[in-house]
Amino acid sequence: MRGIEHRGLTLAEGPIVIAERRENSTYGELAAVYGRDGVRRLGKVIDVSEKVVALQLFSDNTGLSLDGAAVEYLGHPLELRVGPGLLGRVFNGLGHPSDGYPEIISSERRDVNGQPLNPAARVYPRDFIETGVSAIDGMNTLIRGQKLPIFSGNGLPHNRLAAQIVRQARILAGSGDEPFAIVFAGMGIKYDAARFFIDSFEKSGVLSRVVMFLSLADAPSIERLVTPRSALTAAEYLAYELGMHVLVVLTDMTNYCEALREVSAARSEVPSRKGFPGYLYSDLASIYERAGKIEGSKGSITQIPILSMPDDDISHPIPDLTGYITEGQIVLERELFQKSVYPPIAGLSSLSRLMKDGIGEGMTREDHRDLASQLFAAYARVKSVRNLAAIIGEEELSPLDKKYLHFGEHFEAEYLAQGEFEDRSVVQTLDLGWRMLTYLPKEELLRVSPALIEKYLPKEA
Amino acid sequence: MIEGKIIRVAGPVVLASGLGGAGLYDVVEVGIAKLAGEIIRMDGSGATIQVYEENTGMGPGEPVISLGRPLSALLGPGIMGSIYDGIQRPLSALKEKSGDFLIPGVKGERLDIERRWHFEPRLKTGDSVAPGTVLGVVQETSVVEHRVLAPPGIKPGLIKDMVGAGDYTVLDTIAETGRGEVLRLAHEWPLRKPRPSLRRLPPTEPLITGLRVIDVLFPISKGGAAAVPGGFGTGKTMTQHAIAKWCNADIIVYVGCGERGNEMTDVLQEFPKLVDPRTGRSLMERTVLIANTSNMPVAAREVSIYTGITLAEYYRDMGYGVAVMADSTSRWAEALRELSGRLEEMPAEEGFPAYLPTRLAEFYERGGRVDTLGGGEGSVSIIGAVSPPGGDFSEPVTQHTKRFIRCFWALDRDLAYARHYPAISWTDSYSEYSEELLAWWDAVNPDWKNVRKRALELLKKEQRLEQIVRLIGPDALPDEQRLVLITADLIKSGFLQQSSFDDIDKYCSPEKQVLLLRCIMEFHRRAESVIKAGAPLVKITSLPLREKLSRLKSTVPNDRPEDIRAAERELAAVFDDLDRQYRKESLR
Repeated sequence: MRGIEHRGLTLAEGPIVIAERRENSTYGELAAVYGRDGVRRLGKVIDVSEKVVALQLFSDNTGLSLDGAAVEYLGHPLELRVGPGLLGRVFNGLGHPSDGYPEIISSERRDVNGQPLNPAARVYPRDFIETGVSAIDGMNTLIRGQKLPIFSGNGLPHNRLAAQIVRQARILAGSGDEPFAIVFAGMGIKYDAARFFIDSFEKSGVLSRVVMFLSLADAPSIERLVTPRSALTAAEYLAYELGMHVLVVLTDMTNYCEALREVSAARSEVPSRKGFPGYLYSDLASIYERAGKIEGSKGSITQIPILSMPDDDISHPIPDLTGYITEGQIVLERELFQKSVYPPIAGLSSLSRLMKDGIGEGMTREDHRDLASQLFAAYARVKSVRNLAAIIGEEELSPLDKKYLHFGEHFEAEYLAQGEFEDRSVVQTLDLGWRMLTYLPKEELLRVSPALIEKYLPKEA
Repeated sequence: MIEGKIIRVAGPVVLASGLGGAGLYDVVEVGIAKLAGEIIRMDGSGATIQVYEENTGMGPGEPVISLGRPLSALLGPGIMGSIYDGIQRPLSALKEKSGDFLIPGVKGERLDIERRWHFEPRLKTGDSVAPGTVLGVVQETSVVEHRVLAPPGIKPGLIKDMVGAGDYTVLDTIAETGRGEVLRLAHEWPLRKPRPSLRRLPPTEPLITGLRVIDVLFPISKGGAAAVPGGFGTGKTMTQHAIAKWCNADIIVYVGCGERGNEMTDVLQEFPKLVDPRTGRSLMERTVLIANTSNMPVAAREVSIYTGITLAEYYRDMGYGVAVMADSTSRWAEALRELSGRLEEMPAEEGFPAYLPTRLAEFYERGGRVDTLGGGEGSVSIIGAVSPPGGDFSEPVTQHTKRFIRCFWALDRDLAYARHYPAISWTDSYSEYSEELLAWWDAVNPDWKNVRKRALELLKKEQRLEQIVRLIGPDALPDEQRLVLITADLIKSGFLQQSSFDDIDKYCSPEKQVLLLRCIMEFHRRAESVIKAGAPLVKITSLPLREKLSRLKSTVPNDRPEDIRAAERELAAVFDDLDRQYRKESLR
């Protein structure tokens, strides 16, 4: 029988409570736990045997008592109500409206955990998204259906960059009026950060096409485990059923991972690196892999997760495992930031894996791939010359190395750096790249063919 | 069939009672939804089962049915060109049945059981049959002749009843033995059990990959095992894709184990369009994909590696050279760790179970070159990607893997950052096969041995000099040593770096590989002697020849080796000039 409350718990510890099994409860099912205060707390069944049920709560458990509590099994997993009415609304992490308006009107509900997408049903993403940011369009191209995270650090302008991408992103030569939507999930971020995005969406006039799931820093940390799943469930509905191109911004994934660690510790699981559970990879994959395109559906889901690297350490388990799942990464670098380069996108460690198939003739321009490869190679040389200069002094460098240094300065100040509201077309970006190469001798340009050099390299002024 | 019932559910691990009569590693159908599972432990309290599908909504009291046989692959025509999940469920067929998402409990036949294949018998009634005997052939795809084998488990005897040539489904009886055993086009084989062979052969023939850094510097043999470790973004998958595309194996088994969905889609959509340079047919006709992506159930990820290697052994037994790409073995090890954690086993290093090295060894040992039971020769080469956390090679999976492979292609982050692909480090990588391959190369191209040795020595020397340069700058070095740096740069840009997007450069024939490197090493030898004769370094650095040598890889197609020889003659002429000039000066 459903809807019956059972009194009593046998253990309450952190987010985990244990109750006697009194009815036919199943694994993964949603349950509501009421304390003596009558507050309804949602949780899910994480372990069930013939006599005992373990529940993981999604909210604060202050005031739960063993004898006074009551459990109600709801008979279904955590679900999100979906419908066109999602657009323009703000929800909490569990999918309940937090903007003061009632629930959306719809009878359709979706399991927030989703189901894995059949690899045979995917379409390989190839549509180039022009973001107007040179460091991205020229060297780390964003593709529709890609998952491209921003690896950042505390104090770096990841929010401004994400807002700029959202504001400027467009498809080259597209019809221009394809339906789009933005899904925003805020996990453990401060109110100010959320406010910044809302203002930014409002200014660019897209607020009515945004769905927000906010589980701010003051909400229970456990709620963050559900927030990205609610957001992606909404995104899947908008993309695959309404045929929209959905851009999903998830921030900050580091807070999500820490909530996961908290629950894992409470369940006394064997920890892996830095106390994170061994299944962190699989768990993150169940979020990130919900990006893509499906055969026969017009829509797509492009993900831009943002995460702050603890102590700017890219080998920390969170950025490390993320990088193994996502299709590249945009890394923000403190050194560039301190030189007041905006956006401080690291020239070497950033990468877009899907770039290879979304650029070139017919998509951007024939020289794009080789030009990008040449810029990467030259900038890598700049880095090693700088290391050398730090030891032997700039004066002692060979003439060629000095040219590289010169190139490096211009590359950072003119190519990487641009205004927060400056929107460069991809052709502008490519031409700018060639202009940077004029600082180097022609015979150093081995990654571009002589024909391309002839066609695109500006002649000496 | 033995029926029990569930007593506990905790994620993909389920405890059931009443299965005392079932065997360890038996396949079970779990719950009302009949999800696929496998018994992995039995004790007094019941059987522990790992479930291969998402099991939300399962509860105690639901039935569990043991099918009384171990988890097996169905081996027969129809495998080539397919995409399977970790337990050999055909993903294309599942898509027809349940749509774009994988719904738990949806069943799919491992092979198309309705399709009729044209079978040409090779035996007739009265012939003798033994394990591995070729019963006849089916043209599976235009490039793969499927040799229908007598299963390794049968008893030797005589054929009692052999059908004639004709069209049969995989389950039709095509013969019966005198002992009453029924032979069909397909047979079952347990995934975790290696298929037997007659004897192991030494790995003396190279697996030509078309990648210069591999074939010349760090070669792998047919039947060899290699590991490709590297942090994220260093190009593990790109390297594996390149090998899968152009290596000279007859059959490719590509296992995407816990990796990205889009990468599998990439293979699935790109390979049919690519033409095999040796057969002129689409690459997909010789490829099978096992895709258990990172978001698919973790227990099936653990098995996917065994499914892949079992399919590979099956084609090996037909006498083919098979190459298995396992991307990534680290994800497989993590699946082991996750399941081990759920079983509450005592962890060893970094939470991995203590049996991790044993499992790795068992896996890599299933590779090798063998005489097959049927009397042919076949091989399984294994190329396993390793994804070390933080790119740190001292972690357990990389370290244990190193014990069981003989070819190590270490991917270097700095090379990848400079977009030098394949980012295989020439300082950290090694191949133990190079000695065993000497005889083969001596017969094919005796220069291989020499240029390889000289190039490796030069790169080693450059590495030492780099350490000095890092402290005092290159200008402080004598010209002879600076020439080493220059030639090393030439080797890097003109030989080691290879573009998989360049139509000419993406595949490099063995002949062109050796010629290219010979050309560069000849440049070094001649330049060195000119400098010894007193020429200043600038005479060498200002030669336009240098840029030409760097570009030969992408300007000369594989079928025009004479162009490289012409460049070599040009080089000789240029240096003859310099020689004359400086011999005179030193005489003066």
